[in-house]
Amino acid sequence: MVDAQYFGDGLTNLNPSDLKGKLIAIEGTDGVGRSTHIEMLQEWLEVQGYGVLTTGWTRSNLMSKTIEMAKEGNILDRWSFSLLYATDFADRLEHEIIPALRSGFIVLADRYVYTALARDFVRSGNRQWVRDVFGFALVPDLVCYMRIDVETLVLRVIETKGMNYWESGMDLRLGSDLYDSFKKYQSLLIEEFDKMAKEFHFEVIDARQSPDEIQTALRSKIQPLLTTSLQSPKLPSDHLIQPAPSS
Amino acid sequence: MSEQTPLSRHPHPYPGKLITVEGIDGSGKSTQLQLLHKWLESKGHRVFFTEWNSSELVKETTKRGKKNKSLTPTTFSLLHATDFASRQYHEILPPLKAGMIVLADRYMYTAFARDVVRGVSPEWIRKLYSFAITPDMAFYFKVPIETAISRLLGGTRGQFKFYEAGMDMNLNPDMTESFRIFQSRILAQYEKVVDEFHLITMDATKDIEAQQNEMRRLVEEALKDYKPRRGTHGRRTVFWRRFDEPKPE
Repeated sequence: MVDAQYFGDGLTNLNPSDLKGKLIAIEGTDGVGRSTHIEMLQEWLEVQGYGVLTTGWTRSNLMSKTIEMAKEGNILDRWSFSLLYATDFADRLEHEIIPALRSGFIVLADRYVYTALARDFVRSGNRQWVRDVFGFALVPDLVCYMRIDVETLVLRVIETKGMNYWESGMDLRLGSDLYDSFKKYQSLLIEEFDKMAKEFHFEVIDARQSPDEIQTALRSKIQPLLTTSLQSPKLPSDHLIQPAPSS
Repeated sequence: MSEQTPLSRHPHPYPGKLITVEGIDGSGKSTQLQLLHKWLESKGHRVFFTEWNSSELVKETTKRGKKNKSLTPTTFSLLHATDFASRQYHEILPPLKAGMIVLADRYMYTAFARDVVRGVSPEWIRKLYSFAITPDMAFYFKVPIETAISRLLGGTRGQFKFYEAGMDMNLNPDMTESFRIFQSRILAQYEKVVDEFHLITMDATKDIEAQQNEMRRLVEEALKDYKPRRGTHGRRTVFWRRFDEPKPE
């Protein structure tokens, strides 16, 4: 991460340019297929010999239990909502992401701070505070945004796991039932993601395509990062790295 | 959720009053706040008390983090901010809106002093708490480090706590020495905070009684225009009397 930087006021004890690895964030609304594609990307990268760490939203040792408890009804306000996720993110950043980047791993982040920015904006109408809170976050080398329209998303979610309370933004009381609320909430999130895609230069991937096409698109965005001076912990040089055939 | 962000450093719009105390461990701030609490209640005020880092959800997490020593300055800071946000929403805002007096043992200034000593950016921590309601009165109990040490060692506690002595920061293997270094740095940060946010400095070396008299005088003055809410008890009596009176006749 040669040109690495923080979003805002960074961690006082760390210079991000010391990090050798690459940080890749995969963003997109709920039910868009992020985790499936991240698994496939990990496989693809590991076959080429790269060390890969995947890290997922709310999955920190410190906070995953706390967030579950909060979601069961102990936390309702916008500020503690965002701060809980920020704490989870900070824990993973300092204990997983930064150590992995320091040893030259490729870090695949299933969701990144943009998810928190979108959710807080939808709840508050204000962009600044949550961006300040996440000021200690590293700017990723690449953000792939798996974009889907809300109509397609609705069908896909109903067909697979169904709609849940939080993914429907029921705390916001946007609609009279789960379906209406889900649609409104996800539309607002997509709208905000679209704005951020321009502001933060996301690589936008059309997630309405077939899984194979999506995976190929993701790999083509990631490939250029691999050839630019990435020090793989397992491979001595870049010429051994063959692009994998698209599945 | 649609609550507007209260502008930091601007007076809050609520009918209640928010009074906070700050100071290092051993400054006597909690004792003073407790005595103020008694006095306000004796004058018939409805008072609500809230304490730093006390929400169930976050306390459990902090305990877990401390146990496996995984807390960093950033997560330590964010956890306290989460606790504060949750308490502001559930404990501070409702009584203020109801016109009550809220007493807070430690407020955001604790984070501005302590978290900065632990190593987070002073700018970041101030932005983090920009949503905090500005207190009507914020007291700072100023005490020299040696007085705090002799109070803690000689007093009811008899010893230091691991984290308040900053033992996690590896400043010195001796707990008293570590406390001295850590809390001296916090004192220095408090000095900046006092100027920046115009905290009311109290001489915490004085007798408990003398400090309390001074504090009560200042609070009384600040409450001059405050319309106290005396709760429902008094009114309920009047209400029933109205119905009861005709019967005996």
